Amino acid sequence: MIAELGHFALTLALVLSLVQAVVPLLGAQRGRAAWMQVGRQAAWSLLGLCTIALLALIHAYALSDFSVRNVAENSHTMKPLLYKITGTWGNHEGSMLLWIWMLGLWGVLVAQATKLLPAAFQARVIAVQGMIAAGFLMFLLFTSNPFLRLDPAPAEGLGLNPVLQDLALALHPPLLYMGYVGFSVAFCFAIAALLEKKIDRRWATILRPWVLAAWAFLTGGIALGSIWAYYELGWGGFWFWDPVENAALMPWLAGTALLHSVAVLEKRDTLKNWTIFLAILTFSLSLLGTFLVRSGVLTSVHAFAVDPARGVFILVLLALATGGALFLYALRAPYIRGAKPFTPFSRETVLLLNNIFLFSAMATVFMGTLYPLFMSALQLGAVSVGTPYYMATLAPMLAPFALLMGAAPAIVWRAGNPHVTMRRLMLPALVTLALCLFLVLFAVPQKPLLWLALFAGGWILVTLGQDLARKTGGFKSFRYLPLSYYGMQLAHAGFALVIVGAATATQMTTEKILVMQTGDRISVAGYDIRLDGQHTGTGWNYNVDRVAFDIMPQDGGRAFRMMPEKRWYPVAARMTSEAALHLAGLDILYIVLGDNDGNSRNRWVVRIYHHPLIGFLFLGAGMIALGGLVSLGTRRARKPAEGVV
Amino acid sequence: MKRHMFALLPLVLFIVLVALFAAPLLRGTDPSKIESAMIGKPAPDFVLPGVLEHERPFEHADLLQQDFALVNFFASWCVPCQAEQPVLTRLAAEEGIVIYGINYKDNRADAVRWLEKHGNPFTATGYDNAGRVSIDWGVYGVPETYLVNRAGMILYRHVGPLTWHDYVTAIKPLLKRNGP
Repeated sequence: MIAELGHFALTLALVLSLVQAVVPLLGAQRGRAAWMQVGRQAAWSLLGLCTIALLALIHAYALSDFSVRNVAENSHTMKPLLYKITGTWGNHEGSMLLWIWMLGLWGVLVAQATKLLPAAFQARVIAVQGMIAAGFLMFLLFTSNPFLRLDPAPAEGLGLNPVLQDLALALHPPLLYMGYVGFSVAFCFAIAALLEKKIDRRWATILRPWVLAAWAFLTGGIALGSIWAYYELGWGGFWFWDPVENAALMPWLAGTALLHSVAVLEKRDTLKNWTIFLAILTFSLSLLGTFLVRSGVLTSVHAFAVDPARGVFILVLLALATGGALFLYALRAPYIRGAKPFTPFSRETVLLLNNIFLFSAMATVFMGTLYPLFMSALQLGAVSVGTPYYMATLAPMLAPFALLMGAAPAIVWRAGNPHVTMRRLMLPALVTLALCLFLVLFAVPQKPLLWLALFAGGWILVTLGQDLARKTGGFKSFRYLPLSYYGMQLAHAGFALVIVGAATATQMTTEKILVMQTGDRISVAGYDIRLDGQHTGTGWNYNVDRVAFDIMPQDGGRAFRMMPEKRWYPVAARMTSEAALHLAGLDILYIVLGDNDGNSRNRWVVRIYHHPLIGFLFLGAGMIALGGLVSLGTRRARKPAEGVV
Repeated sequence: MKRHMFALLPLVLFIVLVALFAAPLLRGTDPSKIESAMIGKPAPDFVLPGVLEHERPFEHADLLQQDFALVNFFASWCVPCQAEQPVLTRLAAEEGIVIYGINYKDNRADAVRWLEKHGNPFTATGYDNAGRVSIDWGVYGVPETYLVNRAGMILYRHVGPLTWHDYVTAIKPLLKRNGP
């Protein structure tokens, strides 16, 4: 009965979303306040109905109601309650429902921002959001209905992929989707601006916090996904250039560009069409992210829906949303004028260059991800390009990108003075050079990629420190700078840490693969490791082999134990490997079990990794996301269009 | 006018992309064979060090040691290659086909670990870090598989992961037709 309620709520939501898509738009066109008002009410009701539907599905999952096909296919009574509930969005239908619920949530947030937005503009934004909601609700109801019944109901469900039974992964899709869906606000703003043929600094001021919020969520989602892959997949890596990972990276790159171009628009009233284009692009890539994961066009470890009919539906949705937006752009963009001219040496030029680099990086990832698809579209077969391609193409972009990132604070808006900038950057340049020369000569192995990352990261951190010192009068008065400044600094420092951590963890890593049995010893990266023994046990819904390692640091630190596991999930008939991680400062010692040697249950293939400074990577990613949230707290958003420093 | 052209550009690009996207979806993804310019030509001359440390080098002369040999291009970073490895293993074990592996643009340690994890059906392997030899063969990307006869002539080229079906329908008839 509750499932039917959910189904009914979704159907009603579809009708409402159509109302929301049409009525406020007409109202804005004809200047009728009452019609425009309908949009706000529709947005609220839409959220209410989607909440009912989502709760109905969660209810079915929590109670293991296997008469609902979706639950029977994706859940199991033997799962812990927490993972039953998070399993709601661990599958195609449920995750799409979550997507739509979030769209409703963002829609209500926009609808509430009445004090900031002109009524007609707001009505248009809400209408466009209604269109997106209608498209996705149709997709859900017609091709992926989560509430379909199964008769007779099976006694037991088909379980969930045990690899997905994990807290980080349970939180990863909601965060990621908050980011994806959050960019819909920027998209709707862009469409509304095109409809009104008007875009100004006020537009950017109001939009900026929305972009920041979406971007911070997306960053957090990507970081969690990467952490999950690191400890759960047991390959000792954190980024695999897998199509699904790239699908999240592309909107992130475009969204980062958007974030900066919106800032330029707010400050300097320029880059108007470019900003609109980026807003359309970022949300389109978010849709593409959904599309790539869901259509099965690109296969990957992550893809759990392979159904061409859905693919065609999403393709049509994407074509309508992006194609429609770009069509409007082609018609209206030429009439949006009044962009202030640039001077070649200024902050806005630097940010434009930053945009170009981010866009190129996005295009590079796009090519790498879709090249295999192009190949098969042209009937040239299925191939993979992999890590070598990304390293060869993206690494060279890093140096100029980081250089600009560090230099930007030393170049003022409007008309910068090259001499002043040079003088100011002289000291950080020397410090970075000295620091890196020291590291390169004495501390790190001779690897070009590592040097590049250390130079880039070092330069960003040093210039950042210098700028902070200057703006706070030598670290004295922190109170007078806006929160957005600290947010930016935090995010930039986080970026520097990410590149340093990624480089040290991949370029200075130590790896050992060997067969070990009880009593065997090995020495890896300053640790003496001894296999102490193994024991077998049972977990909540799995059997487990635990192997204990005694670790003795050679520098005389305290000994500790590490217990990697090999789990067998009888229901899913799947074996998973749980890596054991030991955090020592910012380094991680990582032990994962391979198969046990066929002949003897006591001999194990053991892989041991030492990843130096990988803590920087995860810390940095967290700082980037946090930087976005901190900027959000600034009061700028409440005071539109008053040139803040 | 220029402004209008510029504003139109994204739409045009997008339409091209959609066409490319839609094609495999509507046709049903079928990684079909491409005629290689190399088919019917002698395999290029080469010498490559083995992937595994104790392994001897793999060279052109090895191709002439048996009636037929498959030369498979693989890499540890290539996901489709994982899917194909069991097929190659079965071909070597059940059909007694000699398979050589050329490791394409890879890190040696990764390749060794990958072979340990996914099985090593190769009679000999070559480590082509720079990808030069692979270019001589006309490789687009990995995986790709070539069928070579005793005369060192390339008879067939398969792009993408090899399936058992591909073997039965494409390679086996060639073996029969060109058999000794």
